[in-house]
Amino acid sequence: MNFDLRFPIGLLFSFYGLILVIFGVTSDPKNYDRSLGININLDWGIVMLVFGLFMFCLAWRARKRT
Amino acid sequence: MRIQLGGIDYLILGIYFVFVIGIGWALKRFMKGSSSFLMSGRSIPAWVTGLAFLSANLGAQEVIGMAASGAKYGIMTSHFYWVGAIPAMVFLAIFMMPFYYGSKARSVPEYLKLRFDEKTRTLNAFSFAVMTVFSSGISLHALALLMQTLLHVDYNVCIAVSALIVLVYIFLGGLTSAIYNEVLQFFMIVLGFAPLVFLALKDIGGWGALKEKLIPIATSQGYAPGAWTHSWKHLGNAADNPMGIAWPAMVMGLGFVLSFGYWCTDFLVVQRAMAANSMSAARRTPLIAAIPKMLFPALVILPGMIAIAMHGVGGGSFIPLGDDGTPNYNLTMPALLAHYFPTGILGIGLTALMASFMSGMAGNVTAFNAVWTYDIYQSHIAPNKSDIHYLWVGRWATVGGIVLSIGAAYLTRSFNNIMDMLQLVFAFVNAPLFATFLLGMFWRRTTGHGAFWGLLFGTVGAAIFNGLSLPEGAHVGIKGGWLSPQFHFHSDMGQTFVMATVAWTTCFVLTILISLATTQLKTTEQLTGLVYSLTPKPKAENEAWYQKPATLGVLILIATAALNVIFW
Repeated sequence: MNFDLRFPIGLLFSFYGLILVIFGVTSDPKNYDRSLGININLDWGIVMLVFGLFMFCLAWRARKRT
Repeated sequence: MRIQLGGIDYLILGIYFVFVIGIGWALKRFMKGSSSFLMSGRSIPAWVTGLAFLSANLGAQEVIGMAASGAKYGIMTSHFYWVGAIPAMVFLAIFMMPFYYGSKARSVPEYLKLRFDEKTRTLNAFSFAVMTVFSSGISLHALALLMQTLLHVDYNVCIAVSALIVLVYIFLGGLTSAIYNEVLQFFMIVLGFAPLVFLALKDIGGWGALKEKLIPIATSQGYAPGAWTHSWKHLGNAADNPMGIAWPAMVMGLGFVLSFGYWCTDFLVVQRAMAANSMSAARRTPLIAAIPKMLFPALVILPGMIAIAMHGVGGGSFIPLGDDGTPNYNLTMPALLAHYFPTGILGIGLTALMASFMSGMAGNVTAFNAVWTYDIYQSHIAPNKSDIHYLWVGRWATVGGIVLSIGAAYLTRSFNNIMDMLQLVFAFVNAPLFATFLLGMFWRRTTGHGAFWGLLFGTVGAAIFNGLSLPEGAHVGIKGGWLSPQFHFHSDMGQTFVMATVAWTTCFVLTILISLATTQLKTTEQLTGLVYSLTPKPKAENEAWYQKPATLGVLILIATAALNVIFW
């Protein structure tokens, strides 16, 4: 079957990461009182973005090889 | 309790639903016959089936229930993973997968047909079909109830929307669609709950501080100070630990009978492994699942322990109280989400939660489809039709399965103790199963009559034992004792574990006796590939050392043993 699941996974999490990073940068720091003062949207957004791009790269490489 | 969502949270939730349906839509063109729809054409790589194997079981009970148990019982809950799952998963991979995958059976009931006879298959297929529909309905009900509590969404709307989404993506892409979405959901759960655990653990001051704060929780209920943070130390006597269980019942009931009965014979999980693209991939499926499974307690049980440590600090109640004034443990996970997650990541956490309910439902529906189409429709109602006909039947079975699930959800909602009752019946039916498979696979003399009657009387044995036993503080009725309460237990769980052991032993002994008294109707030729002694060992495929099932299995068992020792 010519359908690599890593593409949608990569796409979804890059997308989520990007949304969280943008929201984290622009949102009011007061939002983060409950997350112990950590801008968890920005920080975890970066983690999700990196994960998403990594999945995407894996899928890309596999596709080039075939 | 109510969670306030921002626009961005709804956006995140919406994107997830678009992806879920998008995957179904993208897979539609591959659905060319019944085997691609119901078995994924045996074409899925091992890492995908492995993560789906894990996710299929990650439904309603897992995230909500394990956090609740973490709060109620502490780290002892991890026995459901380290004792009650990993050993059985390794056993399935190494010893049983060669028969399931190698026999070319399309479902677990069909294996029983090939190994024994039609009546054993029908018994298993029928009870399995009923149970999957109800499990799916319970998932749906739990989701709608939670959304109603947290977001004040109307119950009926929530049922309709979630059922429709699951219906669309399975109808389009079949088992593959369910498997792909289960993998997506796995990553959602991990990436959604990891930051929650991080924040909660940081807030309480780390593992050392948590251990200290759990001491008063344990002593105030009359247990030893370490009762919440030791998994084995207080298992010597059932009265010494909050679960109310002693180690023999734990090891035999949970670790052997229930665990092997579920992980090694339940078609819901085995179906994922059977969709793998090779024998080697099928055998690696449960092993790949076992690695994250081993670590999941950190993601689902640890937050529950933190929540109970926070509960009552400064007079407040961290876990919302129920109508009777005691903590409503089922809201442990949502309470943590609401407490630590600001809008934005809150959307991720909530999506992960919803995803787990929906894929729990989808898993059951896809298993139902295959059993209905192959084991009930094709074998009893309309044999010898074209494959396109069975594809059509499988597709429309999705609609039937979903409609029945909705019915089951409303039934669960209207009758308070229907859930307890169902779980009881499931326990009766499931407990003896592993004895039948064990004898079938490893003793060639086992006959169809032996298997069928052993299974039936195992279930009856479980019911009789339930009628004779009663947990502490329970009334005679659904909790047991309806014949005459002779055996008393410290907890429901203790009763269940011993009941399972009784059922298993009844089935095991009766199957052997009846098999010896009846003649084997299957020839040696027919049993080749189905029984251990008549099946050539799987040839060593070109696998790297870390891909060899036996090597991988041993490493996983060593790691699990180490975890048990660390958290002794």
